[in-house]
Amino acid sequence: MNDPGWVKFSTSGSMAIWSCGGAWTIDHATRLARDLAIPAEAKGKAALIDLAAMDQLDTSGAWLIRRHGNALVEAGFKVETKEGDPDLAVLLKRVVEIQDVLPSEPHRRNLGDKVAEIGASVESILTESRDLLAFFGGLMSALARLTMTPWKLRWNAIFSHLEQTGLNALPIVGLINLLVGVVLAFQGADQLARFGAQTFTINMLGISVLREMAVLLTAIVVAGRSGSAFTAQIGTMQVNEEVDALRTIGLDPMDVLVVPRVIALMVALPLLTFFADMMGLLGGGLMCLVLLDISFGQYLGLLNQAITVNHFWVGIVKAPFFAALIALIGCFEGLRVSGSAESVGRLTTRSVVEAIFLVIIVDALFSILFSYIGV
Amino acid sequence: MAQKQDNVISLRGIVNRFGKQVLHDGLDLDVRRGEVIGVVGGSGAGKSVLMRTIIGLNRQASGSISVLGQRMDQISDSERTKIEARWGVLFQNGALFSSLTVAENVQAPMREHTDLSPQLMDELAALKIRLSGLPAEAGAKYPSQLSGGMKKRAGLARALALDPDILFLDEPTAGLDPIGAAEFDQLIRNLQRSLGLTVVMITHDLDSLVAICDRIAILIDRRIRVGTLEEHLKDEHPWIKEYFHGPRARAAGIGAQ
Repeated sequence: MNDPGWVKFSTSGSMAIWSCGGAWTIDHATRLARDLAIPAEAKGKAALIDLAAMDQLDTSGAWLIRRHGNALVEAGFKVETKEGDPDLAVLLKRVVEIQDVLPSEPHRRNLGDKVAEIGASVESILTESRDLLAFFGGLMSALARLTMTPWKLRWNAIFSHLEQTGLNALPIVGLINLLVGVVLAFQGADQLARFGAQTFTINMLGISVLREMAVLLTAIVVAGRSGSAFTAQIGTMQVNEEVDALRTIGLDPMDVLVVPRVIALMVALPLLTFFADMMGLLGGGLMCLVLLDISFGQYLGLLNQAITVNHFWVGIVKAPFFAALIALIGCFEGLRVSGSAESVGRLTTRSVVEAIFLVIIVDALFSILFSYIGV
Repeated sequence: MAQKQDNVISLRGIVNRFGKQVLHDGLDLDVRRGEVIGVVGGSGAGKSVLMRTIIGLNRQASGSISVLGQRMDQISDSERTKIEARWGVLFQNGALFSSLTVAENVQAPMREHTDLSPQLMDELAALKIRLSGLPAEAGAKYPSQLSGGMKKRAGLARALALDPDILFLDEPTAGLDPIGAAEFDQLIRNLQRSLGLTVVMITHDLDSLVAICDRIAILIDRRIRVGTLEEHLKDEHPWIKEYFHGPRARAAGIGAQ
């Protein structure tokens, strides 16, 4: 290895000399930058940068030399450079030749910019809502068109998504609902025991699981599991220009990517909800067995008295709507991805948050509707 | 010392296979200090895999790799990090970090491996960006705002961030316009001369091969044949003959020699 870079300052007659030697490389750049000062005794003399002893130079070293030269010129010195090794001179020349290295000062943000930012974000929310509505319209027309020509549906894709979003979600959906059933029964029994009304635990359990809990929890799990997957899959395709490639060979991404996912999820979510209902009631039944000494046969009998089939339908009828919403947002955000991997991540997060938010809003609307029509 | 060794990289008996497909079978290669070596070969001949094997992204099935005199499979992690700071890699599509601006991309290796002041890092990043042929404003842009050729230049700026001893370039001039490609060649030549840089360059650009490569390594029949252009021109292997005597080679002025 060559000697580490060094710089020595000396004066001789009317000259102020900076002798540079050794290896002027990035490893030594911090120290060299510090050592390249303009001492007071240099004032009024002609400056000479002597590079004769330099063994090695990289772009960082060359930059330091250039920077020092510029600083000297700015301080009013007349600068000369004594070059050493011609190979190093080539690089130094190249670094010195490059113009406009530093871009102009970045724009300072002021209050006006802040206001403009608020305006821009409001506008982007409005455009996004409009785009989502337009996307919904596009999806509806694609669905209508494909109902006329069902043989054009991509059945392979539909079944594959059905497997991924439905079948593969069974364990997690089942486990979560089983545990929620257990928790509801436990809490219900605990609280209702104060009024001596433990047996109503079963009414509470049946109604809350069938009407709300099962479908809502399943929708949330599916939004986190499949909605995010839709955005990430389509988004990655968008980054790789696969979606553009589809368009150029005359395939509509709506038909190829969106419709199969929406249909698959609209089938999968009601089925999952049914499974979730059963697991929730099973979990509650187990807890009743342990806590209230109600055998499983008795439990089913009490459940039969407590609930009607309407409660079941109220829950399950919401599932396809939730599914359409989750798939719609997942695909919409996926197609909005542009350019970078970072944008895939950002829009995936957004797709899950929006889907869960809208599922809960729609659930509230359904509650109002059902209380209005009295079911 | 290690740096004074003539062979900066030496590969001995490298075997790479994916499933049943054998890509490299007992491949030997020596890269000398301060040379520009071009690696060529048909599609799927394993050029990129070879590069990935040298820089440690792909583990060879057998064989040994020495870089700067150190056996890569026998050194500790900290020694490995030191060696990694001494090579720069330009991937085929730039492989810029998409969440960072171009300037931050260039500074990323500096932050990791040096203790430069933020101001000096800003200046050096700006210099490298200009050096690789991008306008100064490009520093503040995100990779998704750049064209393919600009991404490649930004990738080169990042590869040069630490002023490495060895530069690995995966198809550096593919996707550049001829003027840009010629400038790029010239830039690599300049840096190589003044820094004693060793360049391993995967390329299909016959003009670059002629203009800047000291030696050419041809990946063929799962081995490598290294030689100067003149030596390869005399080779009777059909693929090599086709490669250096085809119409494109003649257009690059190789046939005339």
